[in-house]
Parts: sequence; C-alpha cells; structure tokens
Amino acid sequence: MADKPIEGEKRVFMTGNEVVAWAALAAKAEIMYGYPITPQNEIMHYWTRMAPKFGREFLQTEDELSAGFTTAGGVLAGRKAFTATAGPGNTLMQEPMSMAEAMRLPVVVVVQQRGGPSTATVIYSQQEVTMTTMGGNGEGLRVVYSTATHQELFDYTIKAFNTAWKYRFPTFVLGDGYQAKMRESLTIYDPEARGVTLLPAEAYLGKPGTPGVDRPPAQYRNTYNVEEELYEVLQGYFKDYEKMAPEIAEFDAFDTEDADLVVISHGVVSRAAKGAVKELRAAGYKVGYFRPITLRPLPVKELRALGGRTKQFLVAESANGQLARLLKEAAYGCPVEMLPMYKPGVGITTEEVVARVKEIAG
Amino acid sequence: MSVQPAMPKSWRMDTKPHKFCPGCGHGLVLKALGMAIDELGIQDRAVFGCDIGCSLLSWDFFNVDSIQTHHGRTTPVITGLKRANPNLIGIAYMGDGGGYAIGSQHLVNAAARNERITAILVNNTQYGMTGGQMAPTTLPGQKTETTPYGRDPEKTGYPVQGPEMVAAITREGSYVARGTIANLNQLKGYIKKALQNQIEGNGFSFVEVLSACPTNWRTNAEETWNMVEKEMPKFFKVGEIKVPGAGKEGQENG
Repeated sequence: MADKPIEGEKRVFMTGNEVVAWAALAAKAEIMYGYPITPQNEIMHYWTRMAPKFGREFLQTEDELSAGFTTAGGVLAGRKAFTATAGPGNTLMQEPMSMAEAMRLPVVVVVQQRGGPSTATVIYSQQEVTMTTMGGNGEGLRVVYSTATHQELFDYTIKAFNTAWKYRFPTFVLGDGYQAKMRESLTIYDPEARGVTLLPAEAYLGKPGTPGVDRPPAQYRNTYNVEEELYEVLQGYFKDYEKMAPEIAEFDAFDTEDADLVVISHGVVSRAAKGAVKELRAAGYKVGYFRPITLRPLPVKELRALGGRTKQFLVAESANGQLARLLKEAAYGCPVEMLPMYKPGVGITTEEVVARVKEIAG
Repeated sequence: MSVQPAMPKSWRMDTKPHKFCPGCGHGLVLKALGMAIDELGIQDRAVFGCDIGCSLLSWDFFNVDSIQTHHGRTTPVITGLKRANPNLIGIAYMGDGGGYAIGSQHLVNAAARNERITAILVNNTQYGMTGGQMAPTTLPGQKTETTPYGRDPEKTGYPVQGPEMVAAITREGSYVARGTIANLNQLKGYIKKALQNQIEGNGFSFVEVLSACPTNWRTNAEETWNMVEKEMPKFFKVGEIKVPGAGKEGQENG
C-alpha cells in the first residue's frame, strides 16, 4: 500500500471534482460516505479509485440523509469523514447537518452548487448560499468556504478538515458545477511537507475503557427537556462561534481604499469581478474588489469598514440576492448603497460586470 | 420485605428510575438488552444509538457510550460508526415509526447491504411520543389519534410485517427475530443472538419487539397484556425468522 498520496508537490491539470478527491486524501480523510448527484459525482468516482490504495474507505448510501448521518457516525467513531452533494441533495443534507451543529460534530461536506429551486439544472449556480450558510432548523452554526479556483478547492478542502476538527462545527466547501467539471492547472501537495499541521481526529464514542467502570459513559443528546436547558447550551455554542469567527473569517480585496464603488462577489463569479475591476481601473474608474472567502462567518469587520467609506456596493452573484442578503445583514447601518447584479443560475462574465459598472457610473 | 429487582450491570444506576411512562415496554426491552450486553461482556465496545420518539429517553440509560440521533436516522448513524470502526458493536434502537415509516429506507438498505449492525425495533402499534397517532404497525380497527374511528385497512393498509420484510431482503448470515415483552427470557436470547451475530461478523441483525403503550392505548393492566399477548400476535408472529446456518427456512421457537 502506497504511503502518501502526494509526495512533495505536483503541477497538475484536472477537474475540480478530481481536485477535491486528491485534497481529501492529502488531508488524511479516512472515509467518504456519498450518494450520486450531479455535478459532484466524480468526487466519489476518484475517491473510490484512489481510496483503497491508501487504506481509505467508502460507503455509497441510500440517499443524502443517510450520507450525512453515516458521515456523522464516522466522525463519532473518531475518523476524518466527509461527504459531497449538490442541489436537492444539499436540501436533504441539512437534516444531518443540524444534528452535527447540535452535537458539535466536525463533519466536512463539499457542495458543488447546481441550479434551483428543485431539480432545475445539473450545471451551475450560486443558489445554495442561503441553505449552506443557514440551513436546517437552527442558527447556522457552521463554517462555509466559498472557493473560486481549483487551487482553492484543494487548499480549502484540506483546511476544512482542520477547521472542523479544531472548532467542532460542521464545515462546508462551497463550490459549483463550473468548478466541479472544468479542468484547470493547480499545484497539489502534501500539506505536511509545506508545514501545515493536520489536526488528528478524536473519537466521541468507543474510547478505551469500560464506561461506568474506568470512565464515565460518553453520551450525546440533541433533545432537551426544557427551554432554558437548550438556551444555556446554545449560549455556549454562540460564544464559541463568536470567538472563532474573527480567527477564521477570510476575504480577498484590492483597490478598495479610494473606490467609490466596490464589486462584491464570491466563488467563481469573483474571477469575473476581479478581471472587471482591473480593466475598469485601467480605464480610470474608481472601483474596488472585495470577495468574502468565508460566507459563514462573513468577514464582518472588514465589510463594515468598507461599507462605511464606499458609496456603492455592486453585488454580483449567480443567485437572486442570496449573497446580498448576507451582506445587508453584515453591513446594516452602513451608509453604503447596495446595487444588484443578479443572474440566478447563470454565469457572469468580466464583460458583463464592466458594462454594468459603466452603466452605473453613467 | 424489600427486595431490589436485579438490574443489569450495564445499566447506569444514577439515571434510574427511568423516564418512561408506567407500564411502558421500553424498560423491559432495555433490561433484556442490558442483560445481553452483560452476558456477552461487550459493555466496553458497545455503542448504543437511540432514535427520536419515546426511544430518545434511553440516551443515558446504560453505562455504554450512547448517541441520540434523529427520528428514523439511528440506522445510518450506527452504520457510519460501524463502517468507520468495525471493532465497535453498534446497536440501533428505534420505534416502529422510526424504523418502518420515516426511516424505512435506511432499514431496508442497511439490511440489503448486510451492514454488520444490530437493529432493535420496539413495536407498540402507534407513535407514543407525539401522542398516539397511527403507525405502520397499527392493527386493523385500532383507534389512534389519527384513526379515531379505527384503522381502516382499505384506506391505510395493513400492519407492516417488519421482520418478514427484513428476512426477505437479506441473505444468509443475517439474523431476524420477533420477540415480545411478554417473554423476557426469550427476548433476551434473541437480542443476545442478534449481538453475537454482529460480533461474529455474519451480517445484519434485526429484532422487533412487541411492546406496550398503556398511556396511548388507554388500557389498564389486564387490557394491556391482552393486547400484547393476544391481539398483536394475531398479526405479528413471535419467533426467529432467519438464523444464520439454518438454511433458507430459518427456524422458529418460543
């Protein structure tokens, strides 16, 4: 059996789904549970081909409810476990993720967004932002990384396992069908060779010793008897989350200092926004670029500072204002005007962003 | 004269008396399970998963590592756990609503995949925790909150034959039985065999247990036992339905 999936560093040209499988291997993920849904299928395809060579496991479940709950079971047993899904599968995935939130289970989920509502398209969207950040009957106690490039798919899939196991909140890598299916160059690497410490997993259940004799039994519940009991537990969770938020919130920005208008986007759309802002700057427009990498938690401090000194935000997204809703909440009370550029379920090009900014500028 | 009833060693004493209603069958099923755990000496590697519904009250019942899951989702949680650490003995404990309605796809597929886990399903013919609605196991004519004039099989079907279904979709190596709280020694034997079958890695193990819910049945002691011992067995045949090594037909006893 091969020792390490990746020795040192390697320049590769592959699809995003293949990247995720390599990243999970590199992150020392031990088991994947999954159910077929486009456009994430090839994550399973590559995982099932590579996993046995490195002593890793796979289980194909009967649906995404089961994929999520078996992943929770794998985590409870003390394994780095993950699953991947999209669209209607992500809808079902929200039930197990609410249990993961309630029990602080470090489950990792890769989501490759497709069109919605319903079955919609198998191709692309950014319409799973609301559901992935705030899904389930709860309070959004999860971490969501929105990737823009294949390099980021690799980097953040590895990071997702560390964030999950360090803070014990379910952690999502939010990609999309374009990233899933497109081929792109990137460098894959052994994270430890780069000095990245991979946090070890730890069993919740089945630790050594006889419960009640050598140690207290490990017993986890998600049901509480009275309102105050739940309230108290949640206060502890909120406190942990608030402490974590500034430690993990990430963003990318440039040319915002003197900008009258800042284009805000996330994920793959930010690549169009980046190109547009560079082009507009070269043409003399006072525009800036801002991209939250963590959609949950958002980089609130930076957003508010930006919203306090910029006249306009142009929010470009392949959804009907799902990112904008998060931004409005974060920037509430800031004087900035928020302008929409919504193309639900459809990609956004550099040219379109340039044209829209010029139109706004008049 | 004061004699303390013998409690299984694997029970967690500081959570007793338990939280179930007076006359509830869960305590008896969990006693049989506790004795089986004791006799097999697996307290240190058993993991007890309980569903939502009345079974959720058992989350701190044993001195055994335990996980309370969602309604219908105990089977996949224990499946995932067992796949990740095959040394553990995974026990999925659920009611008839959890196993045969909302979680039926999990039961069917775990059985079909021959997951090396032990599922114990308590059949009390209705949804207890939510106040006595019709379940897949409700008897024809039985009054529940959602069949106030009695279950009409023409409109809502006949009681689900769970173990028979599981037996039909599993292959050699699985263990399937139906026990009853009216015969605890037999029930303990079934549960023990179901656990032993997992320990030996033979295959999926499933025990349905005929149980009682006097609270929602609105029955006194005599009526309760009449239901468990006479009415329920008319539809739910007690015995072993599939035993590894016994050939296709299985065997029956009890």
